[in-house]
Amino acid sequence: MINSKLETALNNNKFAITAELAPPKGTDFSRILGIAQELFQYVDAVNVTDFQSASVKATSLALCIELANRGIQPVLQITGRDRNRIAIQGELLSAAHFGIQNILCLTGDHPTSGDNPEAKPVFELDAIGILKTAETLMKGIDLGRNELSPPFPQFYCGAVTSPEYSPIELELIQMKKKIKMGAKFFQTQGVFDIKTVEDFSNQTKDMNTNILIGIIPLKSPGMARFMNRKVPGIEVPDNLIHLLEKSSNKTEEGIKIAADFIMELKDRKICNGVHIMAIGAEDNVLKILDKAGLIG
Amino acid sequence: MVITKNKDYNEILKSLGNNKNIIILGCSECASVCKTGGEDQVVDLKKYLETNNKNVQNTKVLSTSCNFLLSKKELKELKDDLTNCDVVISMSCGNGVQTVSDILNQQVVPANDTLFVGEKIRSGIFEENCRTCGECLLGRTAAICPVTRCAKGLLNGPCGGAKYGKCEVNEENDCAWIEIYNRLLELDKVELLEEVYPIRSYSESSSKRSINNRRKK
Ligand code: SF4
Ligand code: SF4
Repeated sequence: MINSKLETALNNNKFAITAELAPPKGTDFSRILGIAQELFQYVDAVNVTDFQSASVKATSLALCIELANRGIQPVLQITGRDRNRIAIQGELLSAAHFGIQNILCLTGDHPTSGDNPEAKPVFELDAIGILKTAETLMKGIDLGRNELSPPFPQFYCGAVTSPEYSPIELELIQMKKKIKMGAKFFQTQGVFDIKTVEDFSNQTKDMNTNILIGIIPLKSPGMARFMNRKVPGIEVPDNLIHLLEKSSNKTEEGIKIAADFIMELKDRKICNGVHIMAIGAEDNVLKILDKAGLIG
Repeated sequence: MVITKNKDYNEILKSLGNNKNIIILGCSECASVCKTGGEDQVVDLKKYLETNNKNVQNTKVLSTSCNFLLSKKELKELKDDLTNCDVVISMSCGNGVQTVSDILNQQVVPANDTLFVGEKIRSGIFEENCRTCGECLLGRTAAICPVTRCAKGLLNGPCGGAKYGKCEVNEENDCAWIEIYNRLLELDKVELLEEVYPIRSYSESSSKRSINNRRKK
């Protein structure tokens, strides 16, 4: 089995880069696969969301399989919102069959925040439970203590965290539990303030884990203000909002802000890499990497 | 306590169909506190049915509707009326309705909708606080129930979606896990959150549950 490129990068203290892509709301994967093709040589993994924002889309596993078949290593996101333990274990075994090793375990947003708010939420397993499940399968048994037929799956599991969470002490306790259950890396909610990363780096130093700081390119001052008001864990500082207000090309400005931030993170060595979430504007990821000097 | 609310009288009337002779049973436990099955509510419903041409033969507020043997004894007093009656209305919780129905050889209909196990905050105000999950974890959560109060029913700490301490699912609710954390902090027991709660089994609670406490000892 090919080793996880992401795992290798993180184990060798390379500044790792992952980018997030969402499966389409429809049946045509060509646009998203095109973006992945352009990106993949510059990133350590392409991270595929699982019904992002609790909305109906093609599945994470389907796009991950398409990527894996093209030699692009994906990170399979898997949440506890829509599947009970039987479905989650089946999904993980299927992923392993297709050579997908990187798994990101999440609790998931509530269906009421998505586009089918009438759905019945599952949440039988949370992020911690899914990590435990992956670990159990790797040992050759399922959660019902039944044996699997070999070869047993090999996963490289991660989880999410939120450096702006308040109270942060509670989030740090959650991180430690996730590490105990097998999380080898964390990707964070979008961060915009270097001071937040510095503090978080100090707070998590003893955990000896890998942290990929979340990068969300801003598209407009309105988007920044909206996220500040509504999106958990997001705090865009006022000076960035002013920069966007003054700029004549707001998308370009957002790309520049993101690229500058990545360069600073890399120079200061206060995290193990970045995770870029260009929600709905995935074409911009390449531009960000280029501006940050991470191409070529 | 089991919290109930009266159905619309109109709906109760409809559930009686063309049946004429009615007996109304109340319950002096939870349903009395909720004012859905005490003396006054029984009288109220009786008046309503009589103005709608029903013949309410008798009424009785049982001591504890959901106590099989006790209700059986108390219902003996209504024996004569029961033989002529078409339908019995039970103003108790859903369990009380079924207990009465198990005792009587008669059609029994509910007057109430049963809502939740909850607390009386003050007169007329009730709040849900326990989902009767069968495996109480209040001992590790500073006596705040995450099964009920966390919108995702998470057993192993918060989801990370809270903003300004409010739940991501409903901004009007405080995040249960932040409340638990704060209360544990006051009690100097935060370490209780560090232990991973094992993946729970749902096999016991997926079909009707019963216990025999006499077997233990
Ligand atoms: S954990 Fe909550 S739902 Fe379960 S028994 Fe205790 S109070 Fe009730
Ligand atoms: S915000 Fe808090 S209460 Fe709401 S679902 Fe998440 S953990 Fe539960």
